[in-house]
Amino acid sequence: MGNPKAFIKIKRKDGGYRPISERTGDFGEVEQTLDEQDRRDQASRCMDCGVAFCHWGCPVGSKIPEWQDAVYRGNWEEAYQILTSTNFMPEITGRICPAPCEKSCVLAIHKESVTIRENECSVVENAFDRGFVKPKPPKKRTGKKVAVIGSGPAGLSAADLLNKAGHTVTVFEQDDAIGGLLRYGIPDFKLNKGIIDRRLAMMEAEGVKFKVNTRVGRDITEKKLVADYDAVLLSVGAMKPRDLVVEGRDLTGVHFAMEYLKQQNKVIRGVEFSETERLSARDKHVLVIGGGDTGSDCVGTAIRQKAASVTQIEIMPEPPVDRSKDNPWPYWPTTLRTSSSHEEGCNRRWSLITKKLNSIDGRVVSAEVVGVEWIKDEQNGRMSMRELAGSSEILKADLVLLAMGFVSPDHDGLLDKLGVEYDSRGNIHAAKSNMTSQAKIFAAGDAARGASLVVHAIQSGREAAFHIDAFLRG
Amino acid sequence: MTKNRFPDKQGLYDPLNEHDSCGIGFVAHIKGAKSNEIIRRGLEVLKNMDHRGATNSDNTSGDGAGIQIQVPHDFIVKQGIAVPAPGKYGTGLIFLPGDPQEARLCEAVLEKHFKEEGLELIGYRDVPVDSSVVGEIARGSEPVIRQVFVKATLEQDALERKLYLVRKLAEREIRESSLKEKSSFYIPSLSSKTLIYKGMLTPEQLRTYFLDLKDPEMKSAIALIHSRFSTNTFPTWDLAQPFRMMAHNGEINTVTGNRLWMHARESLLKSEIFGEDLKKLLPVIEPGKSDSASLDNVLEFLLMNGRTIPHAICMLIPESFNDKNPIPDSLKAFYEFQSTLMEPWDGPASIVFSDGRYIGGTLDRNGLRPSRYIITNNDMIVMASEVGVQTFDPSEVKAKGRLRPGKLLLVDTQLGIIIPDEEVKAELTRRYPYNNWLRDNRIEIDDIVVKQRVPSSMGKEFPVYARVFGYSKEDMKDVIGPMVMDANEPTGSMGSDMPMAIFSEKPQRFFSYFRQIFAQVTNPPIDPIREGLVMSLTNYIGSAMSNILEESPEHCRLIKIDSPVLTNTDLGKIKDLKHEQFTHSVIPMVFPVAEGEAGFRKAIDNMLEQAEKAVDDKMNFIILTDRMVSEEMAPIPSLLAVSAVHHHLIRTRKRMQIGLIVETGEVREVMHYALLLGYGASMINPYLAFAAIAELIRKGEINLDYREARYNYIKAIDKGLLKIISKMGISTLRSYHGSQLFEAVGISKEIIDRYFTGTPSRIGGISFEGIFNEALSFHKEAYAGDPDDLSFTFDGTFTYRKNGEHHAWNPQTIGLLQWAARNNDYSKYKEFSALTDAENQKPVFIRGALRWKSNPIDISLVESEEEIMKRFVTGAMSYGSISKEAHEALAIAMNTIGGRSNTGEGGENSERFYKNTRSAIKQVASGRFGVTNNYLINADELQIKIAQGAKPGEGGQLPGYKVDKIIAKLRNSTPGITLISPPPHHDIYSIEDLAQLIYDLRCTNPAAKISVKLVSEQGVGTIAAGVAKAYADLIVISGCEGGTGASPTSSIRYAGLPAELGIAEAHQTLVLNNLRGRVRLQTDGQLKTGRDVMIMGLLGAEEFGFATSALITLGCVMMRKCHLNTCPAGIATQDEALRKRFTGQSEHVINFLRFVAREVREYLAEVGYRKFDDIVGRTDLLEQYRDTELMTVKTRDLDLSKLIFFPEASKKNPLRYSNQTVNTVKDMMDHRLIREANKAIKSGEKVWIAHDIRNVDRTIGAMLSGEISKRYGEKGLPEDTINCTFYGSAGQSFGAFLVKGVSLRLEGDANDYLGKGLSGGSISVVPPAGSMFVPEENIIIGNTILYGATSGKIFIRGQAGERFCVRNSGALAVVEGVGDHCCEYMTGGRVVVLGKTGRNFAAGMSGGIAFVLNVDGNFDYFCNKGLVELTPLEDKNDIRDLQEMINQHLLHTQSLLAAKILTNWDEYLPKFVKVIPFEYKKVLEELKLRELERKLQLTEDNPALHY
Repeated sequence: MGNPKAFIKIKRKDGGYRPISERTGDFGEVEQTLDEQDRRDQASRCMDCGVAFCHWGCPVGSKIPEWQDAVYRGNWEEAYQILTSTNFMPEITGRICPAPCEKSCVLAIHKESVTIRENECSVVENAFDRGFVKPKPPKKRTGKKVAVIGSGPAGLSAADLLNKAGHTVTVFEQDDAIGGLLRYGIPDFKLNKGIIDRRLAMMEAEGVKFKVNTRVGRDITEKKLVADYDAVLLSVGAMKPRDLVVEGRDLTGVHFAMEYLKQQNKVIRGVEFSETERLSARDKHVLVIGGGDTGSDCVGTAIRQKAASVTQIEIMPEPPVDRSKDNPWPYWPTTLRTSSSHEEGCNRRWSLITKKLNSIDGRVVSAEVVGVEWIKDEQNGRMSMRELAGSSEILKADLVLLAMGFVSPDHDGLLDKLGVEYDSRGNIHAAKSNMTSQAKIFAAGDAARGASLVVHAIQSGREAAFHIDAFLRG
Repeated sequence: MTKNRFPDKQGLYDPLNEHDSCGIGFVAHIKGAKSNEIIRRGLEVLKNMDHRGATNSDNTSGDGAGIQIQVPHDFIVKQGIAVPAPGKYGTGLIFLPGDPQEARLCEAVLEKHFKEEGLELIGYRDVPVDSSVVGEIARGSEPVIRQVFVKATLEQDALERKLYLVRKLAEREIRESSLKEKSSFYIPSLSSKTLIYKGMLTPEQLRTYFLDLKDPEMKSAIALIHSRFSTNTFPTWDLAQPFRMMAHNGEINTVTGNRLWMHARESLLKSEIFGEDLKKLLPVIEPGKSDSASLDNVLEFLLMNGRTIPHAICMLIPESFNDKNPIPDSLKAFYEFQSTLMEPWDGPASIVFSDGRYIGGTLDRNGLRPSRYIITNNDMIVMASEVGVQTFDPSEVKAKGRLRPGKLLLVDTQLGIIIPDEEVKAELTRRYPYNNWLRDNRIEIDDIVVKQRVPSSMGKEFPVYARVFGYSKEDMKDVIGPMVMDANEPTGSMGSDMPMAIFSEKPQRFFSYFRQIFAQVTNPPIDPIREGLVMSLTNYIGSAMSNILEESPEHCRLIKIDSPVLTNTDLGKIKDLKHEQFTHSVIPMVFPVAEGEAGFRKAIDNMLEQAEKAVDDKMNFIILTDRMVSEEMAPIPSLLAVSAVHHHLIRTRKRMQIGLIVETGEVREVMHYALLLGYGASMINPYLAFAAIAELIRKGEINLDYREARYNYIKAIDKGLLKIISKMGISTLRSYHGSQLFEAVGISKEIIDRYFTGTPSRIGGISFEGIFNEALSFHKEAYAGDPDDLSFTFDGTFTYRKNGEHHAWNPQTIGLLQWAARNNDYSKYKEFSALTDAENQKPVFIRGALRWKSNPIDISLVESEEEIMKRFVTGAMSYGSISKEAHEALAIAMNTIGGRSNTGEGGENSERFYKNTRSAIKQVASGRFGVTNNYLINADELQIKIAQGAKPGEGGQLPGYKVDKIIAKLRNSTPGITLISPPPHHDIYSIEDLAQLIYDLRCTNPAAKISVKLVSEQGVGTIAAGVAKAYADLIVISGCEGGTGASPTSSIRYAGLPAELGIAEAHQTLVLNNLRGRVRLQTDGQLKTGRDVMIMGLLGAEEFGFATSALITLGCVMMRKCHLNTCPAGIATQDEALRKRFTGQSEHVINFLRFVAREVREYLAEVGYRKFDDIVGRTDLLEQYRDTELMTVKTRDLDLSKLIFFPEASKKNPLRYSNQTVNTVKDMMDHRLIREANKAIKSGEKVWIAHDIRNVDRTIGAMLSGEISKRYGEKGLPEDTINCTFYGSAGQSFGAFLVKGVSLRLEGDANDYLGKGLSGGSISVVPPAGSMFVPEENIIIGNTILYGATSGKIFIRGQAGERFCVRNSGALAVVEGVGDHCCEYMTGGRVVVLGKTGRNFAAGMSGGIAFVLNVDGNFDYFCNKGLVELTPLEDKNDIRDLQEMINQHLLHTQSLLAAKILTNWDEYLPKFVKVIPFEYKKVLEELKLRELERKLQLTEDNPALHY
């Protein structure tokens, strides 16, 4: 370990965001970076704990103390190697991961955790800048073929490892570009898409084959696929959004968040949309329903599209700023999280449910919401909701974005045709070995475990790859 | 009389572990005049050392006493026995079976051999005894005792040899016979010169039992006596001493190795004297006897073969002869030559010996056992462990002296002279031209010319090799890296919470199945740094031609090495040697992967065959190597290979002929080296560790030149080895070599019996298949991976890693426990305990593999949580190692729940004594920091810390930068001064010493319980029995899992044993000895849940210690950075800023312990008992958990039946403390002193008291002082309020813990530990009026004076023994001469020595000042200048101080020497040397500067005031 006393002397220093006035004028990444010395100083704050809670908190088990030490010593190549030993694309998590590691960092007890996520990002960027990232195709091919369906983080993570293990991997993507949620779900101001392309180029050079605009079950039959490949991995995500069942749901101007975000991403990519197709918040009063990350992304996007106002409402009560007694370190904190987008000018409201969407001429104009209170059942500890009488109010809304989470993967089409079983929540049922109810068909990521963080998807992909590899090797 | 000697091995009890220690001595007439007086005085000496022996649970049976005298011819004649002239017949007592028929058979055997060897039986005599005096236990095994007489017409020496031969033959025949009571047969002596009376008796009983000894016709010129303090209470008449040639007080730590080597040597023995008869004498060492008996066997063997006593003694127990020892070069050559013949029998020893003509004594090189003598004007010499055992009129005394480390005292009663040590040894050096022999034959490795350098780097091969040998990132970064950087072993903190090797799911290095054993209580560990003068890593390799009965130049034709770590080039040199005396054979340590387990077994067998062949081919070395590993060939674990070859060659009696060198990629850490050496290797070439160093340099991770890096690494290994051997009390690698001082945990009997013969392994475990699997798994991994991948992974040893080694403290268990404790949430606690217990089922700790039988009752019937919580204590953690906040939170918590917190070593602020932050347990550890009378008096329990789980057998060090003002004040030292805790307590070198310290503490604070903290290891049970017999109230058995603030990582991982084994062994042994009712048993070692408490309770514990878990509730997150002072939880730190981060509250600890108690209560209901007391020691309620799902190839042969063994004795003897306390201090003299000083104590009125005193009056003044502390606290009374004068010889610990206001004056002499823990009192000792000897040339006080003194003063008119002022931190002392190690570890105070000093003056002295009168001008040589500088006295203040102290000395003692110095001041002043530690000097100067500044500020001249 580098400097055991650094955490006492050196304060946590975040890169911070570009100024609001500047960043809301474009879709460039909002986060700034530290210079090398500052970054190494920040890494030196890692205490190399006897029990690395960060490493435990990280779903992929990133060996955080080890690469912090390498960064502190200025050995960027070693840091990169350690980092990629548990995560094939740390440049993504380094940008968009909510960093459970930092929440369980021992220094987080006193709210001064190591800047693990930013350090991660800077390790990868350094590695690319200094040319440490080179394609490393496998030395030997096993002759086994694997089809990966869906090119989100789970699929790519599995594809990368399976390819490195010497199997021939083809990734099928129904959309026009590889990346799944990474590509079209996350706004550019959080993740520049060049970052994905850079990694994909590396994977292609290493031998991974990508097939875009190819929907299995439509462009290629699932039967042929199963026949042609030695193993199939379903990493199709959990794309079925949770819907709002209220009067006015069908009005013009009410959209699922993903629809909205995807279009903006495509616009930046250069795809053109007609005036009617275009979903723009410009000069509109935007109401985002749902207080999560997707909602937050909608907020940032709407602001950049020059919305007249942005309001985000959430059914749950406002979480506390600090950890509550029943939510101690090192566990994931359910505290108020304020994103860069929130800072950019958004009205956040809590404990509100939407009762009805009002319209003029078939276009949505406002939403009727009502306050609720949450009551804990002393018996079973469950929370139940009660509407507050007389708290009804009308919120102006001519663009309503539904960001209420995802239910499950789409069953229609491929999954049903393959005949895989589902679990009680509608996700693909997969055993510990990631195998589905169908022989040689595996599942990973959100499709198998429900919508979650990118970093979980990466880990799920890794696990699936290990199991598929073991399966293929017999 | 069905049972004799020890019970059989049962459960965890093994009779092999028995220890004893003793009082020894002799009385002799120097001119050889025989008289009854000598015998009478001998018996008196014995009686006066009664307190050094012990009695058993029946309180009447002694442990053994005996006397050796010259054959009392007149007496024998008077008995009407028809013996010829003296010297023409032999006699001896014979112990015979009670069964007349068997007794007769024994006699017949003896008679047969007499006849065959040409001796003529004269007859027998029934030895008259009074059986009514012996105790119940002793009577149960009392033999029939007869005396035999036999004659022959032979020269006396020839007759002596015949008698020896017959005795050996008869012993062997009866030993190998089928007699039922054969173990009752024993011959104490059979000789024409000496006769031994002994038995399982107390010293007092010896005289009354043997009626012969009362007869005035019994006459002898010598009487050599011995009284035994044994750890056991078993009837062992034969183990009483003296043995045939000697009596021994001490312990041979290396006896396992010594016995094995002796056995191996037997095939090479050739005797000119015995010729073919030699074979009849084998085995030289009688099996099944004690270490002392084995030593006696070898001594006798050598003497019978014509060695002189001094020669034999100097070979067996040589003094230290490295360059720090002032002995002539010719003598060094003699010793070096002898060392090529035989390894030392190493360990603390005071030995008295006699062959009927010569009588004498010696001490081992360390001189840790006291031995004092007096010579009178009428040619009498009395030597004993204590002075004062015989009283003489002062005018009769010619000289008073002591045995000195490594020196001989030899009396020739025939010539009537005492031969001085120098003369005896000069004589020995003249036997042969040893110096020339060595010069011409012995080669030093550096003298061999290098033919080719062997590179260290392995280039591209490195990663593959590293994988084959299981290198991890931690090996590189946390093991080898620090050693290379700092030339020291890495340091770590907190305990080991990983599964033991046998339980680990990860493949292990075979080394990991072994644990280091260490010395505790019965012998002291050594400080290898401060007492380096006795340490040595020198070893030899080559063909030992060792017929030890001869001396020739060929004997030393060997290669000498100073370190067992061999560089590649050095190994190359050995391989290239073409000399016919240095030939070698290379044997591969690899096996063919393709042939599986069979191939593995075959490869080992091949190795053994090749080794044997190498011997037959007359090779001189075997080089075992695994350099040739490949994809096809995998390495055999090097330890298995080495030990297998070693034991095979011993078995085939070919071991002595050949040297064993190991070239292996497997070794990297100190423990690995220690194991290979301990199992027979002489030299080790760690080629892969060297390659790893080269790799670290290549990658730029270490910025050193390779040679320097390698030098550092070897130095770190050497230091670590010295530490490992010294923790066993061993000084030389020669004796450690092959001594097997390890216990295996988790190795099957099959493997142990075949390859590690004699190694304890008590729970079974891994078999061939398991070893093979593990050996292979690394190899498989190595060749499966990407050969270009140079990286290693962490295996999670030192820090938690997902997919790494399991740690019981992991994010989940820590998280849940903190959650539960902070929120007082029992359901969260249950989650915690469920998870912990579930993880432990794999298991992690042994307790996880046990479960109890269920027989539920209603919980309402079970005793309350409060009752259960009284059994809880927190671990000993000093304020200093943890912060004030944490320390006080623990105290408050324990005081609240009725448990006890432990202040740890480091004192306690006296303000806390009267608040709820008071720690009920006050610890007394080896550093004695802050141990004042007032501290002792304010405790409910006084705990003597013998050892600590994380680093048993080691000392500690608090670096100067951590010693701030407050800590310094509590520890009575100076801020900024490094504080060293020595490895041993310098007043506990043996079990009788421990008894003495217990007595000291009990006198000081009779209300407190006295506890003794031990660490689990094999034999801890017998130690515990000894401790119980020393009248402790409570024994703590700590597990090796215990925590630490700083310890070498190898000690954390490899020293000591799990708590389960220790507590079970201690409990079983105490029950067997019927001593369990005398003491409470406590245990600790990673206890976390109610289940842990239950299992440990069922195994025998009554009380439970929590340390790590308690800290975790206070916010500890197992950073394992305690040693860096950077604890982010504000616990293990003194840094102000960090302490602010402390979030713990005493309530958190309370909540946790209450939950544990609640859970225990639930479990008690489940087991079906109402009270915890009812389940203590109920191992019959336990069973081994054998869930097949959890069993692996490794654990399926695990067998815990010994652990849960329920001894037969459990059915009648108590299983827990049952109030069998004995009041040991009710008769001590202080009760009288307190009465006589009543006025002074009550009202401060001055009193004067005078008494005669004897050596049995011990610890005078401590209880009186305690009374004063009770009333007046730390400040005591005004000086000289209570004035006591004593006349005679004072017992041990005179003036211990004496407080201010009490002045003791002794006219006479004193034993060891005078002024121990002096707390402000004043002591002066002067020779009695009428003495004729010159005081400054004679010794009048013993060893270890002023140990741990904090203030006060002493004036001694005469010399002191070794370790004067050891760990003194504030007292003033004037003395007229001292032995070795004066001022050792001193941190404060002033010492004036007006005469000669011994070696190693000022070792580890970090504070205080000494002024030494440099009489001979060579003080420089005797001083250990590691920490101090020597300067002439120039400073005016110093001169004034010195003058004042000498003046005080004159006033107190009327010393003529002091008067002479003061009156000739100008002549003497330049001869004084000032000894001052560098650190201390710097601090003093800073203090002066600050004082000056302060004064300046008070004057107007201060420019600062003009602003």
